[in-house]
Amino acid sequence: MQTFGLLLDGFAVAVQPVNLMWALVGSLLGTIIGILPGIGPALTIALLLPITTTLEPTSAFIMFAGILYGAMYGGSTTSILLNTPGEAGSMMTALEGNKMARAGRGAAALTTAALGSFVAGTIATLALTFAAPAIAELAFYFKPADYFALTTLAFCSVAVVMGNSRTRGFISLFIGIAIGVIGIDSMSGQPRLTFGVMQLLRGVELTVVLVSLFAVGEMLYVASRFRSAPAAMASVKGQAWFTREDFARSWKPWLRGTLIGFPMGALPGGGSEIPTMLSYTLERKLSRHKDEFGHGAIEGVAGPEAANNAAAAGILVPLLTLGLPTSATAAVLLAAFQNYGLQPGPFLFTSNPALIWGLIASLYIGNVMLLVLNLPLVGIWVQLLRIPRPQLYAGILVFAMIGVWGLAGSWTDLAIMLVIGLMGYVMRVYDFPIAPVLIGLILGPMAETQLRTALAAGQGNPIVLVSTPLSGTLMVIALLFLAVPPLLRRLRANA
Amino acid sequence: MKLSKTLIALAMTAALGTGAASAQVNVMLPAAPGGGWDGTGRQAFQALKDAGIYTDGVNFTNTGGAGGTVGLAEFLGTSTGQPDALAVFGAITVGAIQLNSSPINLADFRPVARLTAEYLVVAVAADSPYNTLADLVADLKADPGAHPIGGGSAGGVDHIAVALLAQEGGIPVADLNYIPQTSGAETVTAIVNGTLTAGVSGTSEFAQFAEQGRIKLLGVTAAERRTNLPDVPTFTEAGYPIELANWRGILAAPGAPDDNYAQWVDRFTQLSKSDAWKAVLETQGWDDYFLAGEDFGAFIAQETATQGKVLKDAGLVN
Repeated sequence: MQTFGLLLDGFAVAVQPVNLMWALVGSLLGTIIGILPGIGPALTIALLLPITTTLEPTSAFIMFAGILYGAMYGGSTTSILLNTPGEAGSMMTALEGNKMARAGRGAAALTTAALGSFVAGTIATLALTFAAPAIAELAFYFKPADYFALTTLAFCSVAVVMGNSRTRGFISLFIGIAIGVIGIDSMSGQPRLTFGVMQLLRGVELTVVLVSLFAVGEMLYVASRFRSAPAAMASVKGQAWFTREDFARSWKPWLRGTLIGFPMGALPGGGSEIPTMLSYTLERKLSRHKDEFGHGAIEGVAGPEAANNAAAAGILVPLLTLGLPTSATAAVLLAAFQNYGLQPGPFLFTSNPALIWGLIASLYIGNVMLLVLNLPLVGIWVQLLRIPRPQLYAGILVFAMIGVWGLAGSWTDLAIMLVIGLMGYVMRVYDFPIAPVLIGLILGPMAETQLRTALAAGQGNPIVLVSTPLSGTLMVIALLFLAVPPLLRRLRANA
Repeated sequence: MKLSKTLIALAMTAALGTGAASAQVNVMLPAAPGGGWDGTGRQAFQALKDAGIYTDGVNFTNTGGAGGTVGLAEFLGTSTGQPDALAVFGAITVGAIQLNSSPINLADFRPVARLTAEYLVVAVAADSPYNTLADLVADLKADPGAHPIGGGSAGGVDHIAVALLAQEGGIPVADLNYIPQTSGAETVTAIVNGTLTAGVSGTSEFAQFAEQGRIKLLGVTAAERRTNLPDVPTFTEAGYPIELANWRGILAAPGAPDDNYAQWVDRFTQLSKSDAWKAVLETQGWDDYFLAGEDFGAFIAQETATQGKVLKDAGLVN
């Protein structure tokens, strides 16, 4: 129970008024950047790094933790209401959440997202408090073959589950993988698919694709169908808030999302995207309301939203216990520690307990703060839907362009935004699912690197790809995903 | 509602983004925020300010990618002939230019100052049978393919270090099984779980894992043993006369006016002697590696030749 005593000491640090204030600042800032597409927690913390010269380390990290959690809360808002994910971690939320909002259930979607984030954030913080060192060891057991099998499973499940046909699903997936290939090949240093354009050497930024496919594609689609569409969006007046049934359908996805998100966040390369996607796929498989998926199923919001918050806590595990950054945000946090001359790792727990336990305690406090901040705001956010559509979509477009410009101030990004936005429109018209593009883009480079690492380390022998128990199992499941549905269909036809 | 949101967006972009509009000097940081080059540039200008050497506004631009070549190409386009335009770059840029057949020529820029260095270490798993560099090289020589070595990007300083070690040990560089890793952290995990036989990275990234007892450090590329790693022999001590540093420095725009260029060389020379900069080096764990003006230019030319030869031997460039 030594941990418990240390945690109490941590709370004593975190509830000091000045630290509470920084937690609030961080939570607010995090919520805002979560809502804004293009500005993520990594960039925000990086830009705030200079203030570390004037701020005490404990206060600074309490604020950074607020930003990290707040971004996960805020990201869901624009996903649900405007179909424009503010954060990569909330793209799956857009799939069902936005459908719910259009069916007049925006308030319920926002509530399940906020409550799910709270539940997951709290459970994950508990896990971080008590099981961090054990979980951190996971990072050392996962081999390249395991990662490759994991990404293969993700590819197969996403392409099969999303959309109406697997052919369309796979085409979308391969488009995403192709976009992911653009830039310098990290293994050989050679440029690929850059067509001699210097700016393409650094690859296509995920946020640009995310914003273009969702916001620009959606806007063009709505504009092209505007005349024949009903004049007003679904009314938000008298919307049902969170009902007993909503809760009954949400709590299990919250817990499952947490269970997926937390350990995945702790793995290198895991980040918040893969767990949200796996959570969505899982909920879709397990739901008793399968027919609602694609039309606004609450499980599809509850699970991924819980998963992304749990993953946010997960990335702190290897960072704090091993000094191992597993995502861009964690890498920036590591830089912040180093600015103070601190090296995260097991020694920090003994050399600077007030900082570590103050930070962990502030995660609990920040979570409560965010819930209190976000629940009342739900009522205000849904009012957004009352804005007439031409103005709303024009606003989203301006908003998206500011976000993309803010990334690097690059005209090339805006040009890419236009091209991919047009592609998003065409995909929308011909009923190609968008999510596999993003999965391909995010996981494609990771799958490639891991595949090549595994093969190089195994001197080209393909057996290494299934040489560990985990990789073998995952590969078999991936194959089943592909083979079982057509087999069943054939059997049924013969019977 | 929407107006206020847009205003927030604008305010955020203004507050978080570019900094003062009345900036006096434009600094290109050819890497993402949070990385080594970003830190070098921002810390150097903070120290210039703290030491009272240069206190006017600074406008930073982050354009990351491709070992700094994307940012430098942009810098070349926007700043040629301009005064008060500087860019951060480093050892990795030298190799990246040759690998990507980038149109940039470092000799076109005006060399201001080399500022910092970080030395590299070779590590193996804590339970590995190798206790010296010679043990490792002997097995590598017997079967290079079966002993994958990891480190930073292909053609980067980590790769160059491995290639030089192989050459000294009489192993054909092209036979090495070098697997680039995306970060020092990934290199460590791959060493620990047995994917890699050995790995190369900066001392700061590996030192703590050695302290935790997860990896063994076999050698460091510095001229003398490091004070924080007294038990790790240098490559030269181990019988491989190699000295290699991951250095970082500052360039001025091609064709920058002479008086303005001389002023910046002078400012950075003052910086290198200031207490503010010494404090930065101390907290960041960077080594002082100062060299200014034309001497630095000669150093860049020499690095370009050495790295080019190694890359050619490794079969990475023609």
